Amino acid sequence: MDGQTRLGMLHRLLVLFWPPPQTESVILSPLSFSIYRGHKIQHSDWHKEPLRIMDPECSRLLPALCAVLADPRQPVADDTCLEKLLDWFKKVTEAESSLLLLQENPCLVELLSHVLRPQDVSPRVLSFSLRLAGTFAAQEDCFQYLQQGDLLLGLFGEAGTLGWAAWNVPTVRSGWIQGLSSLAQHPSALHFLADSGAVDTVFSLQGDPSLFVASAASQLLVHILALSMHGEAVEHHSPQGSAWPTCAQKIVGHVEESLRSTAAPQVTQALNVLTTTFGRCHSPWTEVLWEQLSPLVACLLERDPIPAGHSLVDLLLSVARSPVFSSADCGLWETVAQTLSRLSPTQAGPLALGTLKLQHCPQALRTQAFGILLQPLACVLKATTQAPTSPGLLDGTLGGSMTVDALLSSKSACAGLLCQTLAQLEELHPLPHRPSPWPQASLLEAVVTILQLCDGSAAPGSSVGGRLCGTLAGCVRVQRAALDFLGTLSQGTSPQELVPQVFAVLLEYLESPDSSPTVLKKAFQATLGWLLSSPKTPGCSDFGPHIPLFLGELFPVLQKRLCSPCWEVRDSALEFFTNLSRHWGEAPTLTQQLLRDPESYVRASAVTAMAQLSSQGLHATLASPEHPEAEQGLLREFLNILSADSEGFPRRAVVQVFTQWLRDGHAEVARDTEQFVATVLQVVSQDLDWEVRVQGLELAQVFLTQKLGQPGHCPYTVALPEAPLPRLRPEVLRTLCQPWLLEFAFRALFDCDRPVAQKACNLLLFLRDKTAPYAGTQETGDSPHLDSMEAALQRWQAGEQGQPLGDPEPEAMLAVLRSLDLEGLQGRLAESSDHVEKSPQSLLQDMLATVDILEENEADCY
Amino acid sequence: MKLYCLSGHPTLPCNVLKFKSTTIMLDCGLDMTSTLNFLPLPLVQSPRLSNLPGWSLKDGNAFLDKTELIDLSTVDVILISNYHCMMALPYITEHTGFTGTVYATEPTVQIGRLLMEELVNFIERVPKAQSASLWKNKDIQRLLPSPLKDAVEVSTWRRCYTMQEVNSALSKIQLVGYSQKIELFGAVQVTPLSSGYALGSSNWIIQSHYEKVSYVSGSSLLTTHPQPMDQASLKNSDVLVLTGLTQIPTANPDGMVGEFCSNLALTVRNGGNVLVPCYPSGVIYDLLECLYQYIDSAGLSNIPFYFISPVANSSLEFSQIFAEWLCHNKQSKVYLPEPPFPHAELIQTNKLKHYPSIHGDFSNDFRQPCVVFTGHPSLRFGDVVHFMELWGKSSLNTVIFTEPDFSYLEALAPYQPLAMKCIYCPIDTRLNFIQVSKLLKEVQPLHVVCPEQYTQPPPAQSHRMDLMIDCQPPAMSYRRADVLALPFKRRYEKIEIMPELADSLVPMEIKPGISLATVSAVLHTKDNKHVLQPPPRPAQPTSGKKRKQRVSEDVPDCQVLKPLLSGSIPVEQFVQTLEKHGFSDIKVEDTAKGHIVLLQEAETLIQIEEDSTHIICDNDEMLRVRLRDLVLKFLQKF
Repeated sequence: MDGQTRLGMLHRLLVLFWPPPQTESVILSPLSFSIYRGHKIQHSDWHKEPLRIMDPECSRLLPALCAVLADPRQPVADDTCLEKLLDWFKKVTEAESSLLLLQENPCLVELLSHVLRPQDVSPRVLSFSLRLAGTFAAQEDCFQYLQQGDLLLGLFGEAGTLGWAAWNVPTVRSGWIQGLSSLAQHPSALHFLADSGAVDTVFSLQGDPSLFVASAASQLLVHILALSMHGEAVEHHSPQGSAWPTCAQKIVGHVEESLRSTAAPQVTQALNVLTTTFGRCHSPWTEVLWEQLSPLVACLLERDPIPAGHSLVDLLLSVARSPVFSSADCGLWETVAQTLSRLSPTQAGPLALGTLKLQHCPQALRTQAFGILLQPLACVLKATTQAPTSPGLLDGTLGGSMTVDALLSSKSACAGLLCQTLAQLEELHPLPHRPSPWPQASLLEAVVTILQLCDGSAAPGSSVGGRLCGTLAGCVRVQRAALDFLGTLSQGTSPQELVPQVFAVLLEYLESPDSSPTVLKKAFQATLGWLLSSPKTPGCSDFGPHIPLFLGELFPVLQKRLCSPCWEVRDSALEFFTNLSRHWGEAPTLTQQLLRDPESYVRASAVTAMAQLSSQGLHATLASPEHPEAEQGLLREFLNILSADSEGFPRRAVVQVFTQWLRDGHAEVARDTEQFVATVLQVVSQDLDWEVRVQGLELAQVFLTQKLGQPGHCPYTVALPEAPLPRLRPEVLRTLCQPWLLEFAFRALFDCDRPVAQKACNLLLFLRDKTAPYAGTQETGDSPHLDSMEAALQRWQAGEQGQPLGDPEPEAMLAVLRSLDLEGLQGRLAESSDHVEKSPQSLLQDMLATVDILEENEADCY
Repeated sequence: MKLYCLSGHPTLPCNVLKFKSTTIMLDCGLDMTSTLNFLPLPLVQSPRLSNLPGWSLKDGNAFLDKTELIDLSTVDVILISNYHCMMALPYITEHTGFTGTVYATEPTVQIGRLLMEELVNFIERVPKAQSASLWKNKDIQRLLPSPLKDAVEVSTWRRCYTMQEVNSALSKIQLVGYSQKIELFGAVQVTPLSSGYALGSSNWIIQSHYEKVSYVSGSSLLTTHPQPMDQASLKNSDVLVLTGLTQIPTANPDGMVGEFCSNLALTVRNGGNVLVPCYPSGVIYDLLECLYQYIDSAGLSNIPFYFISPVANSSLEFSQIFAEWLCHNKQSKVYLPEPPFPHAELIQTNKLKHYPSIHGDFSNDFRQPCVVFTGHPSLRFGDVVHFMELWGKSSLNTVIFTEPDFSYLEALAPYQPLAMKCIYCPIDTRLNFIQVSKLLKEVQPLHVVCPEQYTQPPPAQSHRMDLMIDCQPPAMSYRRADVLALPFKRRYEKIEIMPELADSLVPMEIKPGISLATVSAVLHTKDNKHVLQPPPRPAQPTSGKKRKQRVSEDVPDCQVLKPLLSGSIPVEQFVQTLEKHGFSDIKVEDTAKGHIVLLQEAETLIQIEEDSTHIICDNDEMLRVRLRDLVLKFLQKF
């Protein structure tokens, strides 16, 4: 539903001056477009940004607003206003000097000092003020200015916010952290942080009950660390840890201490800080940091159970991805290898996948990682086959027992591990540097086995297999993941002897009454993938040997699915069938009946399917002999749906089909194209669904393109040698200027839905450009046609729909077309509908107005 | 406590529970799979069937699953859990000397009556020219063709009962409501609970004051038309007898209903007819409800649906009047007021028509293509036989099996070769094994008893370890003709104390929260109730003074009773005390149950155990008394 933005605002602002009484002195507001007889005036400056962001009007409103914010009796109703306000201030301070801003608007400093009296301020405003102060103090001179009044210390210091009751509100703590984050941009800020004891507070906030606060605290620590190391790295080349600035040492010390801690949350915090550090900072000092900390990280692996497994994986991947370590050998790979072997299969999976995605990683490690990814599938195969036949997958079964334990521990653990593994392998499959050799055959075998376990058709060869069978039976999650992966595997060369197994299991799923609609959809997708990847020639005679057999069994199933009581099933069956019929000429007889399905999605799919059949010349074979005019019937049926269906989806599908037919020169359309387009557009223009109208414009566009040729203003094409523009023949011109076509386009131009108006505008621009060469030949005079057209357009714009355009001369049409400021309109339509409301001035006014309303309401109570 | 298992069919159970002097029969299902050994009974003469060579129509077609394990005349009550599980009732109440009472809910009785009526009608309307029973003789049976030759217990096969027997049997039923408590001879209390499977279907709780046996038979946790299952009341059972689980554990009812609708629509759209062999009550209500929602969307509005059964009308109407037995959703419709089931609307709009048989009105209204619901699901009798003969030759037609009770392949055997399509979508809403394991986890019975079929995976899917009951301790399994001693002993019996006796008790607190008192009373037992009454007083004294004396004289009488001792003897302290009192050379030995204190000098042995202390000494009464007193010092008396 993108772009379904109403253009109410634009409508109000569109002032159509028409025609001015024989004078040129018309005042044009920046937001109007004008039509002049014979020539047009263009405005180009209206959309430019003003030079000063803080304009006088805003400055004038600010004191009142600050007073409102500082007044506890006037609560700010809407948090988003404060966010928008803050965004605006950020924009202002990026462009201008904050110091100047504060000096010119003393009310801002007053607001900041006002919040120092905590009893008077709501937590929202306090949080806002903290962040605002941080934004201003990001500039060093402004920081000094605020420091003079001890304002910053009051806000961020231990004596300030921290001690107040409001500190218990998470928003305030979050505001405090964000304020400090913005503020920490320069060396003075570092001193301030060290002196105020803020770093210690940030340490403690890492364990904050609010996840947002805790995460922001970690980010802030990384930020401070990076800031304090910033100057250092430039001066000396990667100094040793002991020579680091005090602030950095303090943070690193804290991290070290946390890593040594026995409490898992502390370890997680430390690992998170490190992950962010290595992800963000790629200076040489990070290498020193890793050298210093990696022994501690390695120590974590010796604990049982390993604390914070997920965070550890994140850290290792973050370090491995950092360009700093790409060449250096710093024991990282050993740690990764060790971690891979120590972590549980579920936790090791993401690390293995991440490792395999790295470009520069030792082959041995890649082999190990791939082995871990394959482990669960290997277990499944081992548990279900009597003789291990697939050496590719079963080799090197390190930690196999751990995987088996994980698979058998509980139903959810088993499903989780298998889904994760299947998704990871699916992700790996299309990568160019995926592990090689890729065990396609074993993977295929494993995924087929999993699918059989899920529907209870597998014959397990061991007790583990029996347990797996019981656990996985009917597990929809695993079924979906496995079918997805099976579909992906169709994109590779598979051993021919396995393909029948694949088709057999797919057929089982398509047939089974127990397949849930989502599973069925996935099964359809996978089936399509396998059918399309099978070797075939256009003559449909040289498929793999199994395909005709499979299709023979598939069609009865498809027939039954088209009758399912569940509309999702009917829909996906139809969709599958439509895709299928593009490649294979088969047609279930029930499709046509589904044009009258009670579910609109299904009707839409049926329209597409029938159109597909018709394009392939199969529709006629569907129709029974007593209806020879089947094709004719289909067109009529579609037109009927377009004009009568109560839901949008089928109507959209019909217009799309018509457009496609027009493009392809479908026999039905080619008979009398003009008549066809006229009929369709007439119906479409009455449609209430804007997407249908947009589609209608697309149809018109295709029609025009066919008459006039491609739009030829691609800026990248080399200009062809100047060929004389072909003259439009009058009969073509007459066709183009058919009233039904232009009337449709003009009406759409004033459509209240922006996408429609935009599309119409583009269409008219195309038409105007194409007919431009013709324009010069005749001078348009005052003709009665022109007058009546102008009148009609005016009325349409005013919202009156009734007036028809009449039957004007093509020349008059073109004249009107030329006189419209289409480029200007195009520009305005490209603006989002709330661009006016987005202005800071409007924001300030709104906030003040809300307060006024609140006051009024209060007064009403008495 | 014993359980006699008279049926080997897990969904048509018949068990007898002996519990505290009562004999309770739990269900009496009728296994009719033996009818599959017979040829169909056609309504109109079928040349094909009658020209089949050899053994033509035989008598009898019911197989009462019972043995001589127990004298059925001793059964005190029969508890019925649902209408499918009462079909053998006339055989028991009318032919065994049964004199007890049958308990069942009202819908169970009414719909059970319909099912029996239909059965009798189906059999009686095609009277047989001849009947024979000699072939049941084992020697002759051996000569019969297979599978009759191999059929077991042929001698127990019975002729179908008559309507008279049905009426007589049903007259012995006493109606009960859910959660109603019924006292049986003061010994046990039985209570039916909603089981969620069918209209009026129930599980039963059989309990005494200290024991509780739950009987779960044919329960469902799915949301269909009946009231939902009452699980909470099954908690804290000593024994849970679990029968009547789903017969098709691999088929999910929702999927099957979808399959049913799809195949139905597919056939009808291709111009074929659909035949649905079914019982006149139960799943058919849900199917009609699904079709009600589906026929418009599937474009089947013009297709007639016929429901043909001698009891079709009663069944459709009964379903609408048992509002209190329906699920909440349907109950609330009644207050609108609207009929709870939408088949009322189908009938009103003439989409669903019902007839007692194919004769009469039906033959005038009959229009094809159509959908016919009719019995019997075994395809051996009833109007379904006619439709099988009529439609079997065309591949456009479809027969859809929805009832899980009969093997559809066996049911179809006499109709082969068959051109019509056969679809098997058994809809069994009873508990599956996943639901059972959840139920058992929630209810936590001490012991589970179930048919042996439930303790191993189905033979056809021996690898599906999930298709069996998995509980701790493992379920006790039974097979036909087993007698199980249920694994718990009755330890306690409730005894009431008369108020005046209770008044006279003087409890003494021996531990915080635990007080004891000695009681002298007369135990009076009547109707399985035990009451402690004050001991009879001797003849009334004449004067008040004497009475006082009498009372004071009573005291020594009472003290004749030895005081009761409690507490334990700490060995170390005891030895110290002995030493203090001049005993020396004391040796203490630990034994399995306690200690032995040896007074070697006095050649005396004191055996201290948890609940007794023995002083063994040779003829030295003085010493014994001394020692006894020392022991008593450590114990509390009251």
